[in-house]
This record gives sequence, structure tokens and C-alpha cells, in this order.
Amino acid sequence: MAAIKPKHQRLVLVLIALVVLIAAGLLAAWALRSQASYFYVPSDIVADPPEADRAVRLGGMVEEGSINTDADGVTIQFVVGDGEARVPVRFKGIVPSLFVEGSGVVAEGRMGSDGTFIADNLLAKHDENYVPRELQDMTEHQAKQVVAEAVEAPAQ
Amino acid sequence: MIAEFGLAALWLAAALAALQLFAGVMALTRPGEGLGAAVRPVAVVQGALGVIAFAALMVLFVRTDLSVKLVAMSSHSAKPFIYKLAGTWGNHEGSMLLWVTVMGLAGAFVALVEKRLPERTMLATLAGQAFVSLGFYAFLLISSNPFERLPTPAPEGNGLNPLLQDIGLAFHPPTLYIGYVGLSVAFSFAIGALVTREVGPAFARAMRPWVLGAWIFLTIGIAAGSYWAYYELGWGGWWFWDPVENASLMPWLAATALLHSVSVLAARNALRAWTVMLGVVAFSMSMVGTFLVRSGILTSVHAFAVDPERGSFILGLLAINIGGALTLFAVRAVTVTEGKRFAPFSREGALVFNNVMLSAVLGIVLFGTLYPLIAEAMGAQVSVGPPYFNPMSALFVVPMLAVLMVGPLLRWRQDNPGRVGKLLILPLVAIVVAAGAMVIMGGVGVLPALGIVLAAGLAFASLMPLRGRSLKRTPLAIWGMVVAHFGVAVSLFGMASESAFSVEKLVAVRAGDSAQVGPWKVNLKTVQPVAGPNWTALEADMTASYKGGARVAIRPQSRSFWSPPQQTAESALVTRWNGQLYAVIGEQADDGRWQLRLWWKPFVTLIWYGALLIALGGLLALIGRVSSDLRRIIAREKIAYRRERQGR
Repeated sequence: MAAIKPKHQRLVLVLIALVVLIAAGLLAAWALRSQASYFYVPSDIVADPPEADRAVRLGGMVEEGSINTDADGVTIQFVVGDGEARVPVRFKGIVPSLFVEGSGVVAEGRMGSDGTFIADNLLAKHDENYVPRELQDMTEHQAKQVVAEAVEAPAQ
Repeated sequence: MIAEFGLAALWLAAALAALQLFAGVMALTRPGEGLGAAVRPVAVVQGALGVIAFAALMVLFVRTDLSVKLVAMSSHSAKPFIYKLAGTWGNHEGSMLLWVTVMGLAGAFVALVEKRLPERTMLATLAGQAFVSLGFYAFLLISSNPFERLPTPAPEGNGLNPLLQDIGLAFHPPTLYIGYVGLSVAFSFAIGALVTREVGPAFARAMRPWVLGAWIFLTIGIAAGSYWAYYELGWGGWWFWDPVENASLMPWLAATALLHSVSVLAARNALRAWTVMLGVVAFSMSMVGTFLVRSGILTSVHAFAVDPERGSFILGLLAINIGGALTLFAVRAVTVTEGKRFAPFSREGALVFNNVMLSAVLGIVLFGTLYPLIAEAMGAQVSVGPPYFNPMSALFVVPMLAVLMVGPLLRWRQDNPGRVGKLLILPLVAIVVAAGAMVIMGGVGVLPALGIVLAAGLAFASLMPLRGRSLKRTPLAIWGMVVAHFGVAVSLFGMASESAFSVEKLVAVRAGDSAQVGPWKVNLKTVQPVAGPNWTALEADMTASYKGGARVAIRPQSRSFWSPPQQTAESALVTRWNGQLYAVIGEQADDGRWQLRLWWKPFVTLIWYGALLIALGGLLALIGRVSSDLRRIIAREKIAYRRERQGR
């Protein structure tokens, strides 16, 4: 060790740091491609369904009259639509207070093998100034007038 | 009047920052003209004016002066006093005013007490501090004036986001800001040292207390924010990898790395350019965090206003400050001579490993936080969450913690494994026992199991530096290191235990019914309406008993605030030494049953106790370093005094 000059030692340290950081960057890029959760509207799901068990988010409008509570009192089923396609959703948990029929929602979860979307978490507008980010831009997606109206309608 | 007074103070402070920058640069380029003498006093007055401006805004908020736009936008006369006060920084303009106030104060403090740096480095440092401040003053005065009046006073204010009306959160932002902005001192020191090329142990010793101080506040601020998210959001989690959380974690990671590399520089005169680089990166991360949070580019409770003008302004500041500093670094770093050399198996070697791993984690978090923005620019909407952050950060944290067991035991420069091996017997036994327990228990996930095993080893290994020392004579700085590293083990155990052993129960029950969650039996008696100063709520009257023991009353609420209208879930907690019961009440189903969400989280509180230990370790080290520096200065003055007398 004693033979190494300070200049060489610095070079070696810089190289090690660079190699580790580049490796971290490459790993991160690879992991992001496989782990980032993409945003879908119902017609996307129907046209090109995500692989089962891949974390995705589904945004759209909760259809009127579609919310049903199971016998256990904590599992609900409802349908999210965007005017073109409809996707059934199952959620177990406490719903956000502004989660109502005819209003916009973003569900985080994954597609089940039976074609039902299993939601781990629901995001609704939690006050009239706040709209989930994806719903703000919905009109730019295939989401149709229906969704836009639901989002812009005042909270009930 | 008060608003105009505050605004005038703010303009004056900005003008003084300009003067501070000008005088500093002039004194550096034309020494001998005496301008340098002005820099310190100007820095002090600038800090004082910032405090005056901030105090003026606080008075406006406490009085609920509705002729001021900001007060009308974000306060309400019916709010409790403490939240009126906290409302001062619970909005975009106020929080940015707090930012420049803390920055001015930090500069004033440096100007007042820092006597160890060479005068030229000091001038460059204060000029650097003024330069960064000036950008933020411009930002406030041009696009975010907190003192703007309304043409006609509003009849009533809009109120503060109910989620922010919580005692923990009232003091979370100032703590975090002191940490964020305290790092600006490290940034300015780095600039100063680059300008004058004086990077060495003296520079490191001068910089260390400032880094330690900022880091302590950051640690407490992050822990408080995490606990707030845990009990206020009602989701049962304590860290969500939310962009705003990441924004506070990134400067902390950089500051932690800086803290360790600055020690190497102070003790061994090595890692010179690297330490300066980290000084630049740490505060840059504070600014990136502010940009992410304040630009409204990310939607969360922290994004007070979505305003593209402000976003581009902060982005511009960011580009100038970070770009400028990195350019200076690129030009000057080559001229910083190499430090002393060391063997890979040495204290320095372990600290380099720690620094590289922390930087890698920082990269992972930064990349993951920015990825949704990058993807959006390419037309895809994505979000990045725990499935990315947890394993990816663990990949680098786990080896870092493994080395942490050994690093503090190593000698500087060179050491031999045989000597250290003996010290590691106890930690290794702990690791084997913990690993055995995990295997016997079974069903514990890989990461939580690794966490518990590492925590067991680290708990013992962190105490080993005290072996063979007289506890009374051990320097405070060593105690600080031991306490902080032990805190890492405690916090890690809490995280792993929460993740591995939490029990969750989601049920719908009628009044009078019970539910079992882990060792707890919870009974719902009634649900009744209650009212607070600016909210009404449905309150569940429940009892909980641990393993059939005494019944404790708990009262989770579902609160409805009316200004602004919003509902929040107020969780109820029962804390025992070995964990917490966490209860949330949901909606009433059509058949009259109430939804209850219950968790039993074994040892969850250790997460935050560990964080407090880490901060306490930092505090001990800070006291130890500052007092030994003081002793050194006093001794030097005594010698100088004696020489002077002999010479006469």
C-alpha cells in the first residue's frame, strides 16, 4: 500500500465512486422501468391490459348506482368508467370522504386475474381546491367529457 | 402600517445583502481599501432586518389583519391562537419569508461568532451567503410579496388547510427550514474555500459545527414530519416516499455524508475536494427540495400554489446557484492538492465507503423523485412508490450499515483485521442469535428480517468504541458518535419490527361489539357528535384492553372542518413500551355498522425514539467540538498574551 502515491490514490477513489454511482444510476433506471406505476383510464385497460400483479393506477368516474358494499361492511365494489369503457373495482378499506358516485377517483392497485381491479388505495378530491393530478389532465387523454364534468363539478 | 413596515424591512434587508455581496467581492479583489471591515456588520444587520420582517408578518397573522391578502387567503379569525401563529409559515409566501429570514440569521451568526477562518475565506463565505440570499429576496419581492394589501379588506379569511392544524405540524416547518437553510452555511463555506483555495483541517474544523447544527435540525424535522404523517393522515404508515418527504430526505443524506467526510478532513487532511463538493451538493439538495415543493410541480398538501411563474423563478435560482457553484468547483477542484493517503482497511476507508453508499442512496432517491417529471415530459404518467424505493435503497443501506459496525473501531490510516476481530465477537453473537430467531419464527420478509439482524449487531457494535475507555474521560464527541450510531440501530429495529409484525384489522361493528387485533381487544361503545372551535366531528367512544388487562378509553374522530371544508381522520393511539395500538373510525354502513380500522404495531415508536437518539448524538458531538475548540482558542490566546508580556 505504501507505494501508492497520493495522486494515484485519489484517482482510484474517484474511479470507485464513479463506478458505484453509475451502477446505482443504471440499477435505478432498470428498476424504474419495471416498478414505476403507470396511469390508466378504463379504455386503456380494455385496449391493452397491464400484466396482472403489476402496480398501476386507474382513474375515471365512479358510475352512478354502482357502489355496493359486501356483507363484511368494509369491502366495496364499484365501476369506474370514462364514457367508452368500464372497469369493475374492488376495494377493502375506509373510503375517502369525497368518494361518491358520479365523482372522479384514482385507484392505486393492480388488475386481478378475473378482470376486476383490486385497489389498495383510493384518492378522491379531498377538498374543492384539490384534484388528483391525473384527473386535472384527463381531457388530454382519451377520457371524455363525462370525466371532465365530474371533476369540475363542485363537491357535493 | 405593520405590513408596510415589514415590507420596508424586507427591502432594506435585500439592499444590505446586495451591499454585503459588493463589499465582500471588492475587499477580495482590492484588499487594502478597507471595505472588508463592512462585511460582518452588514451581515448582522441584514439578519436582524429579516427577523423584523418575519415578526411583522407574525403580528399580522395573530391579529388576523384581513386587509393583507396573504392573511385573508390562508387564515381565519376563528382559528386557535397557536394555529394563527403557525399560519405565518403555513403558506407559500410566509414559508419563503421564513427561508430568507433563517438564511440571513445564519449569515449574521457566522459573521458574529466565526473567528477561526482566515479573513479572506470569511469574506468570500459571507459574499457567497449574500449572493444566494439575494436571489431569494428577489423571488419574495418580485413574485411572492407576503405583505401585499387587498384593495378592500376581506370579510373573513379562507382558513388554513385542516391537515396543517396540528400541534406537531405547527413546529415541523421551522425546524426543517433551519436545517435546510443552515446547510447554506456549508455551501457558502465551500464557495469561500474554493475562492481562496484554503481547504484543510482548519477549514473543516470551522465548518463542522455548522454542518452538525443544520443536520440536527434536519433529523428532528424529518422525524417530526414522519410522526405527523403517521398519526394525522390515518393511513397507518410512517413513510410514504412522497416527493415532499424525499425532498427533506435528500439534503439529510448529503449532510450525513458531509458530516462524516468533514471529520476525515479535520482529523487527517484527506478527502479535500470531496468534502467541498458535498458542501455544495447538500445545500443544492435543499434548493431542489424547495423547488419541488414550492413550484407546485407536485401536488400535495405542501404545494400551496400552483404557479408556473414561481416555479420558473425558483428553477432559475437553482440553475444559477448550483450551476455557478459546480462551475467554480470544476475550475478550482483541480488546484486543490491531494490529501494524505490511507490504506483501504482504515477509518478513512470505512468513511469513504459510508460516503459512497450515502451518495448512491441519494442518487436513487433523487432519480426516483424526478422520474415522474421526466416520464411526463415524454408523455407517460407514472408514479414511483415503495416497490422501487424500498429495495433499491436497501441495496446500498444494508452494506453501509454492515460497515458501520466495523468503521468506528478502526484506527486512522491503517489497521489490521485481527485487532478489530476480537471487538466484533459480541456483535457477531447478536447477529447469529437474531438470525436464528428469524429462521425459527419464519414468515418474516427478507428486508425486515435483514433489518432486525443488522439492528441487533449494530446495537452492540455501536457501543464497542467505549470499550477500554474510562467513561468519565471519554470525549463528548465520541459519546455523540456512539449515541447516534446506537440510535440508528434502535430506529432500524423499529422500522423492521413495524414492517414484519404489524397486525391490521378492518371490520364493521355495531355499537357494543368488540374486535380483536393482535393482543388487543377493542370495544365500540357509542359514536357521538362533538364540536371544536372550527370543526365538528363524529367521535367513537371505545375502550381497548391489552391481553385482557385494564381498559383504556380511546376516541378516534372523523372531523369535518368548515373553513376550508374538508374531512380528516383523527386517529387514536395507545402507546405501550412495546408498541402502539392505532385506531381509525370510518363511515357508517347502511345497516348501521361502523367501519373500524385497527393496527397493532409492535415497537413502532422506536423509529422516532431512534431518530431522537441520532439527533442527541449530533448535539453531544456539537457541544464536544465547540467546547474543545473554545479551549484551544483560549489556550492560544494565553500563550500569545504571555509572549507579549515576556517580549515587553
